[in-house]
Amino acid sequence: MPPVDARGTSILPLAFEGVGYAVRGVPLLADLSFVLEAGPCSVILGPNGAGKSLTLRLADGLLAPTTGRVRWLGPGAARAAGAKAVVFQRPVLLRRSAAANVDYALRLRGLPGETRERRTERVLAATGLLDLAGQPARRLSGGEQQRLALARAWALEPEVLFLDEPAAALDPAASRALEEAIRAIRREGTKIVMTTHDLAQAERMADEVLFLHRGRLVERAPAPAFFHEPRSPEAKAFLRAEVLP
Amino acid sequence: MPEIAEAFAAALRLIVGWEPELVEIAGLSLRVSLSAVALAAAVGLPFGAWLGVASFPGRHTLVVLLNALMGLPPVVVGLLVYLLLSRSGPLGALGLLFTPSAMIVAQTFLVTPIVAALTRQTVSDLHDEYGEQLRSLGAGPLRATATLLYEGRFALATALLAGFGRAIAEVGAVIIVGGNIAHATRTMTTAIALETSRGDLALALGLGILLIALSLAVNASAQLVSEAARRAAG
Amino acid sequence: MSRISTLLLLFGLTAVPAAAEGPSLTLASTTSTQDSGLFGDLLPRFEAETGIAVRVVAVGTGQALELGKRGDADAVLVHDRAAEDAFLAAGFAESRRDVMWNDFLIVGPGDDPAGVRGATDVAAALAKIAAARASFASRADDSGTHKAELRLWQAAGVDPRAASGAWYRETGSGMGATLNTAAELGAYLLADRATWVAFRNKRRLEALVEGDPRLRNPYGILVVNPVKHPHVKVDAARRFAEWLTSDAGRAAIDGFRVDGVQLFHAGR
Repeated sequence: MPPVDARGTSILPLAFEGVGYAVRGVPLLADLSFVLEAGPCSVILGPNGAGKSLTLRLADGLLAPTTGRVRWLGPGAARAAGAKAVVFQRPVLLRRSAAANVDYALRLRGLPGETRERRTERVLAATGLLDLAGQPARRLSGGEQQRLALARAWALEPEVLFLDEPAAALDPAASRALEEAIRAIRREGTKIVMTTHDLAQAERMADEVLFLHRGRLVERAPAPAFFHEPRSPEAKAFLRAEVLP
Repeated sequence: MPEIAEAFAAALRLIVGWEPELVEIAGLSLRVSLSAVALAAAVGLPFGAWLGVASFPGRHTLVVLLNALMGLPPVVVGLLVYLLLSRSGPLGALGLLFTPSAMIVAQTFLVTPIVAALTRQTVSDLHDEYGEQLRSLGAGPLRATATLLYEGRFALATALLAGFGRAIAEVGAVIIVGGNIAHATRTMTTAIALETSRGDLALALGLGILLIALSLAVNASAQLVSEAARRAAG
Repeated sequence: MSRISTLLLLFGLTAVPAAAEGPSLTLASTTSTQDSGLFGDLLPRFEAETGIAVRVVAVGTGQALELGKRGDADAVLVHDRAAEDAFLAAGFAESRRDVMWNDFLIVGPGDDPAGVRGATDVAAALAKIAAARASFASRADDSGTHKAELRLWQAAGVDPRAASGAWYRETGSGMGATLNTAAELGAYLLADRATWVAFRNKRRLEALVEGDPRLRNPYGILVVNPVKHPHVKVDAARRFAEWLTSDAGRAAIDGFRVDGVQLFHAGR
């Protein structure tokens, strides 16, 4: 079922207008201005401390900017809250079964029991977790837990899915499995906005790259252009795996 | 110490004899303390949860104050509740003094800070862990707090048991507001105080052993329930 | 009742309301009358005769009078004539009657370091204890017993409070607790016979000085004034006071024995 409702009231695009974020007077992000459109998988890339996680949280609305604005510009912007979902770096699962964790998120949306059951089964099957549905969620392996967190977000059938370094804590095999699931979600029409510091992963996943360095958007380009012909010195250095100042 | 051996003998005699008076005072101890814990939970769980997630100036001071109230001396609470419920006091018309209800009131005051403070700590830690995720899923503050309370149910059960332990063991509050009246407001602890003042130390200690056994029984049952639930939830 | 159902009752969580209340009265009294077992013997007789249950709150004399003053008790039975008269004069009681007396005695360690055993003059005995600086435990709680003790020290011409913390130990506790302390320390103390005979932790303590008329300890019953506290159960309290001073009450008081010893004597 496509996330964008049949009448086409999308919440995208998402606009950052002169966004800055400071904590106790110390600026962590400055002058972020960009627009995310429906379609491409947008990867926010940068070294640690560049402000990627902050940017993602501002995009989802978990944080409010100190300066500037974050706005949903689409015709369906009023219902943005219910049309997006977030997956964090560490799976934050409740002390209940895997299926119950997905069900919880669906109950928050007020969906009826039959719908919840159907969606839960679908996403668990799609992430290969159906056999573990009745298991206590926190007893699953790290990779399985993160896939469950993803399944939970998927069940909400969001128009936009934010992922904050979702594979950072996973081993390569689990990381790949997660990427596969993310692609599956993307194929259903959900826009993916993902942060990562893993170059290889970015290359595998991105359609476009927003490169952050020290709290500023330094470069933005379609993926092939960014990876083969970066324009900014910081991006070049990053791609050469040099230590950035 | 010969009294210890005599005490165990006395305790055994009491159990075997199953004296109605013993059943009466043990039953009253349980009734008063369990009721107090129930009331303390009704007040302390929501308040502690709110304090665990709320953010406002002076919150830190309130937390420190709440933690300090865990150490309220029972005899002081007893005195204050006595002054409150005395016929010459503001709530005298209720006629609660020297009844089990007064004892429940006093113990509720003792137990509530414990439940509230431990709930606050538990919910606050859980809030650090889950707060963002729950918000991102669209849970409003009330719903999120309820979820956190449910998540922390094992730690909260321990908080309730801690409160129960405090209540069943104290004598200072119940003896002042209850009056240690025979067949009316005499509990295990006040009976122990009485037998001590009569010099019957072996009997007093025997009652003490039974009181500990009672408390053990309550804690053991709670533990069994908790273990089963924990296995189910992981 | 089978043990299983008793167990269930024991572990019942629901607050079962107390058994249906018949007529009752709240009596504030002292620990001596409770600890000696007198009330355990006396009150069921009163209840059988009148149907009125007596709920006893046993505290120190000072606290008992305070309860009466505040209207938390319907009647007060204590042994401090001066305080009782003041209570009556201040209008907190509508009446006062003499009920009974028991006597005090000096108990002390069996080896009697101050050499007072068998003395008939209690003031002289106290003077000897002070001279010998022998350990003495005082209730020091403004109770009837404590005030009697202080009057006896005065008669002996000694102010032991100057030695508080040295040989004069002020426990600030009830009779039973002070007896426990004295038994532990091997100290002398002034005890009422009733509590002493019924006390189960005597250890090395023995009765050493008794019989001096100054050791008489009279008890009085005060009926709390309904004008000050309209809610008090004044009818029940009056009946109790009457019963205590009636032939039936006096016979019960005189008939009460512990280990064959008569502890209380009806009348003045």
